[in-house]
Amino acid sequence: MNDLVVSVLIILGGFFAAVAGLGLLRLPDVLMRMHASTKAGTLGVGLIVLGVAIHFGESLIVTKALLIVIFLLLTAPVGAHLIGRAAYRTGVPLSADTLRDDDVMSSRTSDSQDP
Amino acid sequence: MIELDVAINIALFLTITGLVAGCIRMFKGPNSADRVVSLDFMTVLMIAITSLLALQLDNAAYLDLGLALALIGFLATVAFARYVERNSKRPDTKPAGESSSKSHE
Repeated sequence: MNDLVVSVLIILGGFFAAVAGLGLLRLPDVLMRMHASTKAGTLGVGLIVLGVAIHFGESLIVTKALLIVIFLLLTAPVGAHLIGRAAYRTGVPLSADTLRDDDVMSSRTSDSQDP
Repeated sequence: MIELDVAINIALFLTITGLVAGCIRMFKGPNSADRVVSLDFMTVLMIAITSLLALQLDNAAYLDLGLALALIGFLATVAFARYVERNSKRPDTKPAGESSSKSHE
């Protein structure tokens, strides 16, 4: 029973890691690739480390595993925010399908100012 | 019912698939922000691989390796992001010394 839970958690985590790698390869944009790698990758690693914690089951090892998960959940948004800010400020070209917020804002303000 | 060793091998295969994808993105990446993203992703996946090795070798000391890798990976991501951001600032936001040295070029 314990092994079954650990196996399901590990394979699910590996699946999420592979999907994140697929998204990192196939998505057209820096921000979309970051969206794939940060969230799906963190979820996959969290599931794998949780499976390891369930398999060993000692309090010290469970504490270490929870420490890894908490640290990943704390640092992944900060790192993604820093990379996204750097990409935005250095003027990385976005995908052609992107709707720029500046255009929407300027069109709306010009619409409201016209009448 | 699935054996644990088979599950560990399947999970290692899937994780290494993701790692190879990150490696290809690091070679192909059009600009340095892509490479920083793939470096962050590969560091996170290496934590997963060390955890799976702790399962396969039945040795919990590999979790310490994962913890240290999480710390170092976050520092590397922050440092590379700051480097990318600082490396391509506009000339009017540079400090006075650099702008004066560039003005007579």
